[in-house]
Amino acid sequence: MRSVLAPPRRLTRALGWSALAALALNTWWGLWLSPPDVVQGQFVRMLYVHPAVATMCYAGFGLCALASVAWLLPRLRSPRWDRLAVAGAEVGAVFCAATLITGSIWGRASWGVWWTWDARLTLTAILFALSLGYLALRRAVSNPQSRAFVSSLVALLMALTVVVDHYATDWFVTLHQGETLPVPSPTVHGWQLATMLVSFFAFALVFAWLVVHRYRLEALEERYDSEAFTLALQARRSEGEGVQPPPHVVKIAPEPAGQGQDRQPVEVPSR
Amino acid sequence: MWRDALLVAGKDLRIEGRAKVALNQVGPYALVVLLLFGFAFDEDRPLLENAAPGLFWVAVLFSGLLAVQRSFSLESSDGAVDGLRLSRLDPAGVFLGKAAAVALQLVVLEILLTLGIVVLFHTELSGAALLAVSGVVSTVGVATAGVAYAALSMGLRVRETLLPLLLAPVLAPIVLAATEAWRSALHLSTDDGWRWLVLLGCFAAVYLAGGVLSFGSLMEET
Amino acid sequence: MQLSARLRGAIALAGQYPLLAGVDLDVREGEILVVRGANGAGKTSLLRVLAGLLPLSSGDAFVLGLEPLQDARELRPLVGLLGHRNGLYDDLTAEQNVRFAVAAARLPRARASLALERLGLSGQARALPAGKLSAGQRRRVALASLLARQPRLWLLDEPHAGLDAEHRRLLDELLREVCSEGATVVLASHEEYLWEALATRTVTMAGGTVLDGLLESWLPGGEDAARAVEVTNVA
Repeated sequence: MRSVLAPPRRLTRALGWSALAALALNTWWGLWLSPPDVVQGQFVRMLYVHPAVATMCYAGFGLCALASVAWLLPRLRSPRWDRLAVAGAEVGAVFCAATLITGSIWGRASWGVWWTWDARLTLTAILFALSLGYLALRRAVSNPQSRAFVSSLVALLMALTVVVDHYATDWFVTLHQGETLPVPSPTVHGWQLATMLVSFFAFALVFAWLVVHRYRLEALEERYDSEAFTLALQARRSEGEGVQPPPHVVKIAPEPAGQGQDRQPVEVPSR
Repeated sequence: MWRDALLVAGKDLRIEGRAKVALNQVGPYALVVLLLFGFAFDEDRPLLENAAPGLFWVAVLFSGLLAVQRSFSLESSDGAVDGLRLSRLDPAGVFLGKAAAVALQLVVLEILLTLGIVVLFHTELSGAALLAVSGVVSTVGVATAGVAYAALSMGLRVRETLLPLLLAPVLAPIVLAATEAWRSALHLSTDDGWRWLVLLGCFAAVYLAGGVLSFGSLMEET
Repeated sequence: MQLSARLRGAIALAGQYPLLAGVDLDVREGEILVVRGANGAGKTSLLRVLAGLLPLSSGDAFVLGLEPLQDARELRPLVGLLGHRNGLYDDLTAEQNVRFAVAAARLPRARASLALERLGLSGQARALPAGKLSAGQRRRVALASLLARQPRLWLLDEPHAGLDAEHRRLLDELLREVCSEGATVVLASHEEYLWEALATRTVTMAGGTVLDGLLESWLPGGEDAARAVEVTNVA
């Protein structure tokens, strides 16, 4: 019954260790090997955390949205998509919080303010609030079918916000940095580019590891619930123990008589 | 569907006409919110004038939350929802009817609030066409999204606190876009207000279509 | 003998809690079936399943020949449900409430007036907002809404609650009349007098199941059930 999303233990463990190793590599390159920036000084090192974390945040919510669409399509519907959706949403929410925190720190370092009201930051904060709403909604609905249904609707709306978020920078004159990574002419190059790519790789591994485990957790919870259900059913039925229905008297109509004779109904004792 | 929408909208508006909740409670609440903004910004006149459109739309958001909650509490207070489910009413029609009733109440509130910002924040009205059109489109967006989410949370025990948490971030982009459109109309920014109207139109269209398509299932999910 | 409803092994859930834990029930057309049972036995859930409002997580259900969930759009207008609450809009008058119910069922408005009269609601009471009526009057307005829709299956949850003796008789009369015209009534109630006075058959619910819901269980030979014109009880 293993699905592709529940890789065997050994593979997940390998994933975990490689994620850890990649993070370590990223830290070393980011903090030591890579030189400080001409303009931003030491603060450029945020480049090796923030963009990767932000991308993983979008990846998480994107995963949630895609899984929700898959669940909504009648032919593809399966609990797997719902589990994947919640895994994506929760991990995405964690990375979203990390994005806001790292972004805030970087902002404080570069521009002197912990927060600034520009489009992308504000909409990321809204996205975070949306994800909290999504998670709260899931907790409030106990029926698994309805929970999956309403969650997928809300997830689609979250996806819409992500799209708006991405294009908002075109519509606003903002303080926020524009894209630094269209590869043809990156404004970041050499060691900095290399380290940034390492950071993306590292956080991608962390993201994958977290999603796999959250998915597994959800599957385990479902199994627990179904076992608890069998017990609950037994308990419910046992509530009726000792209750006896009263004896009945049944009157049966006589055989239909062709001449319309009126015969009395016959009494038959039940059972 | 349209006939059912008219029936439901008529019923909701008749109830509002009798109970006057929007007029007697939500309206004053919205005005008090504006007053509070005034106090909070310590009568900083240029700031208030600049911020007026934003404050207006935030007040509309709060009013919208209340209006939408009221729209469904009158269904759930005596269990009238089952009656709606057992009727021959098209769920899409029920959605449109409720959204229309909420939208109409909000428009009345918005007119009241516009007077409010003219008086309290010394706003000079200009660009009436953009103000009106963006106002209407935003209201449609707020009403349709609100009714959809309110239906979603109707059967849940924690709905009074869950609905604002769910709805406020969803409505935030509408508030954002509407504010920018109004700022442009009132010559408080040099941005092209009509471009924001396109965004508003997209949101309104998405929530309208989404609500029409999914309301049948949303009414069931208790 | 036609069956109005047939449930086999019906399990219905609220989250993970089994409201119905496997119900087997036959409901004959034209009978007044009274469902007895302690609080929490599942009577309300049973009525909701028959109305098509509560989906089954397993088991079979046929109501009026239709599948409650799949054919919900067709089934629901044929069914009338009166729950613990009345389903009224407090700010509308009795007349307006029933008219709305009638219009929502795509039926002529005149039915509203007739139904209100039949339930003994006078002109004065009809013009008051429902919020200002007494509990008994509200119950009767809700019953009027039901009557006006003329459902084929009446599902009533403690309908006599809040009614005085006169109006209880009125309701009983109404239900008998409705059944003689071909409708079926399933009624959940604690009222013991109903078991003798009104019911053509009673069943008992406990622990989310119906203890004696199957007709075969009552009769010596299963086929004879078709000829059982009256199945009465001795308390």
